[in-house]
Amino acid sequence: MAETRKPAQDFTLRIRRYDPESGEAPYWDEHTINLEPHRSVLEGILQARGRFDGSIGIRCSCKAAICGSCGVRVNGQPGLACHTHLDAALKASRDGVIEIEPMGNMPIIKDLIVDMDAVHWKKIARVTPWLLSQDPLPEREHIVPREAMVDVTQSMACIQCGACVSDCLSMEVDPLFIGPAALAKAYRFVGDPRDSQQFERLKDLAEDPHGMYDCTHCFKCIEACPKGVAPMNQIMRLRRRAGSDHQIKDRNNGFNHEHAFVKNIRRNGLLHENDLLADSFGGKANPKSAAFLARSLPVITRALLRRKATLKVALGHPHKAPADVKRIFETVEGRDQRNELNLYIEGYDEDDSGAAEPNVAAVAGGGQDGQSMASAPGASPKGTV
Amino acid sequence: MKVAYWPGCVSRGFTPELHGSVAAVAPLLDIELVELDRACCTGAGVIAEHSQELADTLNGRTFALAQQAIAEGAELMMNICSTCQGAQSESQERLDANAEYRAQVNETLAPEGLTYEKGISNKNFLWLLVEEIGLEKLSSLVKRPLTDLKVGPFYGCYIVRPADRIGITDEHPRDTYLALVIEALGGTVIEYAGSHKCCGFPIITMSTEASLKQSGMHLGDAADADADCLVTPCPLCHLNLDLQQPLAEKVVGRPLDMPVLHLPQLVGLALGLSPKELGLARHVVKPTSVIDWTTTVVAGVPDPERDGTVAAGAGA
Repeated sequence: MAETRKPAQDFTLRIRRYDPESGEAPYWDEHTINLEPHRSVLEGILQARGRFDGSIGIRCSCKAAICGSCGVRVNGQPGLACHTHLDAALKASRDGVIEIEPMGNMPIIKDLIVDMDAVHWKKIARVTPWLLSQDPLPEREHIVPREAMVDVTQSMACIQCGACVSDCLSMEVDPLFIGPAALAKAYRFVGDPRDSQQFERLKDLAEDPHGMYDCTHCFKCIEACPKGVAPMNQIMRLRRRAGSDHQIKDRNNGFNHEHAFVKNIRRNGLLHENDLLADSFGGKANPKSAAFLARSLPVITRALLRRKATLKVALGHPHKAPADVKRIFETVEGRDQRNELNLYIEGYDEDDSGAAEPNVAAVAGGGQDGQSMASAPGASPKGTV
Repeated sequence: MKVAYWPGCVSRGFTPELHGSVAAVAPLLDIELVELDRACCTGAGVIAEHSQELADTLNGRTFALAQQAIAEGAELMMNICSTCQGAQSESQERLDANAEYRAQVNETLAPEGLTYEKGISNKNFLWLLVEEIGLEKLSSLVKRPLTDLKVGPFYGCYIVRPADRIGITDEHPRDTYLALVIEALGGTVIEYAGSHKCCGFPIITMSTEASLKQSGMHLGDAADADADCLVTPCPLCHLNLDLQQPLAEKVVGRPLDMPVLHLPQLVGLALGLSPKELGLARHVVKPTSVIDWTTTVVAGVPDPERDGTVAAGAGA
């Protein structure tokens, strides 16, 4: 092992410096440190602080990707400084200098330290992050299906580092958005069969104008998370449970949009945008639909004038779903249980023959889970649902 | 090369100029399109949100249809929409990962004699340009280099994230391809904050302000970086960036006037097609900067059809 280890080399770090109390504008500092390439960016920052400038602000503790303290952006990508190797960071750099900045979407306390209390922890507190158990409590222990608990392990892997919050693109324009970390935490309880308030939790997160329907599916949080939590996938599961299992009709049109889309494809095969827009607001006769239409009138007029959209396309139904597409909808929608394959839990088949440990996880509605889920969690480093 | 071609829904709905421009550009690139006209919507992530198995079965069906075309001589499957690419890649990842799950989906497809075999090659037009046609070949086909045109790339989330699913590697740095193509066509790449961010379209009906703020912000950032236009491989991004631009202007409180081109339109312009053939007149934001530019260059460049000279490089 020791002989394959590469010798120490120079790495240049470009560190974003900012002290809000100083009244000075932020600036960049460069320091060249000397470490073996497999060492972490955090060790690099600590060496720069030890050797060159004791005033560099960085928060850290375990140095082993467990405590979640050292969230930063390295070359523009959010993550843990202790979980990023120097050689990988150098490779990803634009100009041979490793660029280190504080995380985004949160105020800066000093240099690389952001105010987690002001944003991240407030949002976590927002989703009631503890079990609301049944009343009265069962006399003995709760007996829960094993697979139901396996189902929430992915969201339990969160170490609260804030990397997903840092780069959430919805939060960038809507700071009130509950955000990926807190919504993933919410799924941890919505998916827990011992929790007695699943409907109320879902209703609350669906009705909040900055809740589960504010997520754009941008995958930023999936890329950011160093622990494979895939917060966006947990948000999609919240929506699935709210919209399909509990039929929660929210004021944000989340329910309407999902159901309008599915209906649209079942009927037309291809998306019919005009119907989708109207149905997403609760149908053509709904006042909200009319309001959106009125607001969009100048755009619609222009699109029609430019022949971008023709009235035939906008109002007619040029497509019809083929019969077998309709049959697929009937077959799958008619199942007693919803089939979900979570690759975070199941992992990938090991060989091409496809014989290896196939386990389709069936997760039924409302936390009443069924069927086998035999393999161990955490098989894949990146979460995928 | 022959490809099993999935045009998506929006290119046949609200962005007809996209479908048209692909049809115009394909012969110039020697691409033969075998259209998958029986295939249906990928679900754009929304059907998967409703029912994962439903989305995977519908996409499995499209893959099976494409594999029939591949058996008849097509080399691979091609799409022209970042969102389709993302939704299809997500389904493919699950179908390829687990034999039992794949068998279950195939059982649903069986009555029509369709089967999906693991491992289809499905590439966005952008990937096909770089990986199959090649940048050198593309450059050699340029009749009207995009000299002095400052183009901001706008990828769309689904084609750049998550990196492992989308196949972004050292060998295939797919998150840089738009810049490479713009350069190969002779244009200037504009770097700006929003190039890899979200256009906001998926929440336009649920959180309209937040949606338009996103498109408005990225368009503004591109304008501040001095871009003449944006180019995108995603028609859904195009809807929020172009069709909704007048509304986005109101939300962000500044005029934007930023033309947004579909990728095949940009390629077509460089390959010598006229703005009209490429449907540029159909955009909500008139691509004045682009059209003025092409008109100027066209006027200054000998017509190769008419007097037999090669126009490449003449616009410099």
